[in-house]
Amino acid sequence: MTYAKRFDGRKFDEIRPMEAKVGIIKRATGSAMFKMGNTIAIAAVYGPRDVFPSFLQNPSRGLLRCHYDMMSFSVTERKRPGPTRRSNEISRVTESALFPVVDLSKFGNTGFDIYVNILQADAGTRTAGINAAALALADAGAPMKDLVCSVAVGKVGDKICVDLTKEEEDYKDGATDLPIAVLPRSGKITLLQMDGNMTQKEIKEALEMGKKAVQSIKKLQVKALKDKYKGAGK
Amino acid sequence: MEEKMGKILIEERQLVVPGEELAEGMDNLPGEGAFREDDKILSLKVGLAHIDNRLLKVVPLGGKYLPKDGDTIVGKVVDIGMYGWRVDFGWPFFATIPLRDGSREFIPNGADLRQYYTFGDYVACKITKVVGSKIIDASMKVPGTRKLSNGRLIKVQPTRVPRIIGKQGSMISLIKEHTDCFIVVGQNGYVWISGGEPDKQLLAVKAIRQVEKEAHGEGLTDKISEFLKKESK
Repeated sequence: MTYAKRFDGRKFDEIRPMEAKVGIIKRATGSAMFKMGNTIAIAAVYGPRDVFPSFLQNPSRGLLRCHYDMMSFSVTERKRPGPTRRSNEISRVTESALFPVVDLSKFGNTGFDIYVNILQADAGTRTAGINAAALALADAGAPMKDLVCSVAVGKVGDKICVDLTKEEEDYKDGATDLPIAVLPRSGKITLLQMDGNMTQKEIKEALEMGKKAVQSIKKLQVKALKDKYKGAGK
Repeated sequence: MEEKMGKILIEERQLVVPGEELAEGMDNLPGEGAFREDDKILSLKVGLAHIDNRLLKVVPLGGKYLPKDGDTIVGKVVDIGMYGWRVDFGWPFFATIPLRDGSREFIPNGADLRQYYTFGDYVACKITKVVGSKIIDASMKVPGTRKLSNGRLIKVQPTRVPRIIGKQGSMISLIKEHTDCFIVVGQNGYVWISGGEPDKQLLAVKAIRQVEKEAHGEGLTDKISEFLKKESK
């Protein structure tokens, strides 16, 4: 049996319904929520602030630090709170996905701390987290050369799909998950991970699909940022 | 061969987001909050674009205050040393007021520096030099600087400060006029209110909060004027 129709009836190159909101956490410098289907991520940015431990301080450039965590209630089986091997890895890849766009040269000795929390998980949590974190950073007034848009592509059975759900990731004939983060203006890739097997040709096809899908994410991010300041300017 | 003239792609006071194109062509220049990539000028921040002939700027709408040369700030004296005073003004690191810029009066050698400003005093000082984020020098010698006493401090969003002051200080003088209060607005978003009746001080706080809340609306001065007239009756 091939995977002829997706479980939720989407087209193969269609993203789940998305929602984004900026400025959801009052005491944070910048914050945002990003929702992709049943996956909900919130991100809060604090900074520029003093960096501890202080030996990490860099006088020539500010620091970008990310803390990713899943809420204990975000998954069906309770997730034990606190950092894990998995969440540490995702924190690092989120940092490196965002780092190329943020200009921290004027923020020597200080740092921006990004806290990403997953309220509800249905696959693609790191991509939703990166989308939320990019919005929160922009909201915090950090100088950014571009936004960062992230989406998961992959293979379910024998079909290349965009934005997999948990159900698809657990497909009985095997599935491959390939989360990517793209700078929408240049099309450069800042995150590329793969869990599963795909041929070179399939990866190329998947990346093309991902880059196309990312444009709709960018549109939504821009809309969310502009909605916060409705009525400002012209 | 003559090069093609650049094109400006946005209007004055248009809301832009990071990575949004502001202009094309090498004859346009990126100002604060903008940068050049190839022949394009793009925004670095969420903010309002400003066109100054061929210079394109973006004034941010959110985020923290970044210290800049020549800004008047309000801060709290947190440390006194041989060098002078240290001032906390809402940035990760303190500003330093060196001894020689400490006062308009002459400070004799070996004087007790607490006589001038002691721990916990608030001062309005001017930033003279920003070397890095850790080295920020301020002065108490230049006009517009003073020690602040017997008043209340409120913190507002630093990006709203230009609106609170208004064009040529129109908004702040309107509030001063109606409340008989003495108000100092620091560029870092710290506002010092003193003098006048206590309830008038509270009215000034209310008015400033109103400006902060509706900072992007049109005809704000008229609205605040109406609000102050109604409330002061």
